[in-house]
Amino acid sequence: MKIDLTDTTASKINKGLVKARRAIGTPAVGMVLTLVVVTDEENAYDALKAANDASREHPSRTLVVIKRVSRSPRDRTQSRLDAEVRVGTDAGSGETVVLRLYGEVSDHAQSVVLPLLLPDAPVVVWWSVDAPRDPANDPLGALSQRRVTDSYAAEKPVDELRSRAESYEPGDTDLAWARITPWRSMLAAALDQVDCEIVSVEVAGEESNPSVELLAMWLADRLHVHVRRAVSAGPGLTQVRLETTGGPITLHRSDGAMATLALPGQPDRAVALKRRETSELLAEELRRLDPDDTYASALRFGVDRLGGIQSAAERAEAAAQPVPALPVRAVTEPAATGVQPTSSESGNSDRPTPAKMPPVKKADPQ
Amino acid sequence: MAPHSGSGANPLRDPADRRLPRIAGPSGLVIFGVTGDLSRKKLMPAVYDLANRGLLPPGFSLVGFARREWAHEDFAQEVHDAVKEHSRTPFREEVWQQLVQGMRFVQGTFDDDDAFERLRDTIDELDKAQGTGGNFAFYLSVPPRSFPVVIQQLKKHGLADQEKGSWRRAVIEKPFGHDLKSAEDLNKVVHEVFAADQVFRIDHYLGKETVQNILALRFANTMFEPIWNRSFVDHVQITMAEDIGIGGRAGYYDGIGAARDVIQNHLLQLMALTAMEEPSSFSADALAAEKEKVLGAVRLPKDLGKNTVRGQYAEGWQGGEKAVGYLQEDGIDPQSKTDTYAAIKVEVDNRRWAGVPFYLRTGKRLGRRVTEIAVVFQRAPHSPFDQTATEELGQNAIVFRVQPDEGVTVRFGSKVPGTSMEIRDVSMDFAYGESFTESSPEAYERLILDVLLGDSNLFPRTEEVELSWKILDPIEQYWDKHGKPAQYQSGTWGPVEADEMLAREGRSWRRP
Repeated sequence: MKIDLTDTTASKINKGLVKARRAIGTPAVGMVLTLVVVTDEENAYDALKAANDASREHPSRTLVVIKRVSRSPRDRTQSRLDAEVRVGTDAGSGETVVLRLYGEVSDHAQSVVLPLLLPDAPVVVWWSVDAPRDPANDPLGALSQRRVTDSYAAEKPVDELRSRAESYEPGDTDLAWARITPWRSMLAAALDQVDCEIVSVEVAGEESNPSVELLAMWLADRLHVHVRRAVSAGPGLTQVRLETTGGPITLHRSDGAMATLALPGQPDRAVALKRRETSELLAEELRRLDPDDTYASALRFGVDRLGGIQSAAERAEAAAQPVPALPVRAVTEPAATGVQPTSSESGNSDRPTPAKMPPVKKADPQ
Repeated sequence: MAPHSGSGANPLRDPADRRLPRIAGPSGLVIFGVTGDLSRKKLMPAVYDLANRGLLPPGFSLVGFARREWAHEDFAQEVHDAVKEHSRTPFREEVWQQLVQGMRFVQGTFDDDDAFERLRDTIDELDKAQGTGGNFAFYLSVPPRSFPVVIQQLKKHGLADQEKGSWRRAVIEKPFGHDLKSAEDLNKVVHEVFAADQVFRIDHYLGKETVQNILALRFANTMFEPIWNRSFVDHVQITMAEDIGIGGRAGYYDGIGAARDVIQNHLLQLMALTAMEEPSSFSADALAAEKEKVLGAVRLPKDLGKNTVRGQYAEGWQGGEKAVGYLQEDGIDPQSKTDTYAAIKVEVDNRRWAGVPFYLRTGKRLGRRVTEIAVVFQRAPHSPFDQTATEELGQNAIVFRVQPDEGVTVRFGSKVPGTSMEIRDVSMDFAYGESFTESSPEAYERLILDVLLGDSNLFPRTEEVELSWKILDPIEQYWDKHGKPAQYQSGTWGPVEADEMLAREGRSWRRP
């Protein structure tokens, strides 16, 4: 069941939802949360598909907020809200409302979303792209208990991690963090099996994949040893090597699916560590809605305290930037002090914060 | 090789880190009777599903033991086929590759000493090759008469011995005997070899989400517990109905019957969870203590003839298919008195439940396959509405739907829209989501994982089993001496005698 509403309002959408539910004959709905997906036209299809798949595990009302880009100045002055209400088989196991915002109203998406939230149920916001610098203080983020970003989708993931650490509020989380849960659980299981001190760690993975940094930071935070981040060709994470007093422990994955776990004095074992779909990551995020303190702690450890070269290209790029007074970052020093307050002004001068962004400045998707 | 101990806890484990799943430590599972139906349809797929969810340790090993002449590869192929056909989660090659490395097959019969020596060698070899650390669970998916032999063989060949820092566990399936005495004998046999905390009795109902949800619903909320007693509850009905007949299980079923097969374990466990007091914690000991208190407080009615009914399905039509009667099934003695339907009334003699009857019923070839617990409340003591307004109003009820379509239903009266005052029953439904059941784990997955983790919350203990037999034995003895089972048409909701049993007390069975 699908209802199209053009140039509409939140109250008309609410009426549409009731009407659609009546029409398919299931007025009683056991939805457990409202998922707000913030995306653009380019990513809307994938994001919605992932959200629908995730809703099989978590029946939810999904509100997809798409801010549309207008090309002519005349269009930008007009304000319009279009909605597509989907209930029943078209919407996973819940209800979906796709909201398209044109012109001025796209700055006030929260005014559309607020009346559409399920009563009492928790609210989760997921920015599939273009997450705000400060999710908790974003107008949409402020409505929610949990804010899911994806630093993998960012232009400069490592910078993204820095700003996540700066603006962290309980309830923030990142899909790059969810991506490494199988790695983390396998490493924890590996340490269950040996009894020795860990001396140092190296985490290798493709460049500009923030999951590699997050895993390294988590290990550094938990183990209190020197952790080096190394670059490999990927895909994704490729290897974690723990040097211990009893010999090295390695977890190595070269093909993105099968990994080999090697423990000192034990035979090598194959373990399945497949890279997961976005829908699975999202379903994992929705499973627990309390603050993820382990993530906070790992994130706050700070990218800049990791050893190794974060990214040769990035460094070169940063050096080449004509920004005056680039703050000195302790890129290679493991003993740097705490979370570097890397100024978002200079370090990321090429990317304005959404707050400063003119409403429809996003590059033309064409 | 020893599990992490000594110098403090694993630094990567943190109770606050709730994303990390409970992964079982290094371990293996040995299945006796691995060629059986249960193993193919439930156990092997459950092992795969656990692996697929990343809950099995690296190097997890699966050893099959059976009479068939198989090489390791044949066994792996058999598991492969079983998994492909029956697993809940999608088949993924890399998960399979992880599992297949730890698969072994040991050929032999249960009285074959050589075979058990080979099993021991296999386990030693797995400890070296897969790092299972000497931790093995033995799943006895074997007929009850083979129990003592297998247990004794395990002892004889030192397979039950736990070396320092490792564990050995035994998993046994129902039936846990066929009366109190045989249950005690069986427990003696088992406990001679395995200590109480090494034995896991599987009652797969207790692994179901909805059953665990009974505890969550009762004890995590405030709105149900105040009315969960004799002042408000009129009676409780617990139903487990199957639409199938005995199929090919004539040899097992005849002489056992529905009451022993289902009431003794599943229904009495469900009753215990419904009726028990709040445990002091969610630990295995605290739960078992409360369940035992309830089972110990169960009183049978004086007149068993009036308050129990047994039946046998007769020829009829079940869901559009013609079904033969029980006595006409292959391999069944035409004079058999075995019950395929049983309904009993019991009371729980404590302050909370005194005078509230619990009706338990189970049967084969009933209307449809359903398991549910219905707590039916008393009628309002006074109604401001006149008789005609409430004519169609039934009793309020809370129904736990255990299977299929897991969820909870609340029934209450509501005004029918219109000008006149007319009140009718409506249902308010909580389902685990339209497709959620797909992704909620199978009971066997949960239970196998719990065995590997050593978590015995969901497994009935020796005392519970024996208490349950104490409840059922007098009924079986009465049935042996008096009359014979009533006949009921296949595809209906049981014999009329069962309806009469409730009608005498002014009640009626719900149609589930």
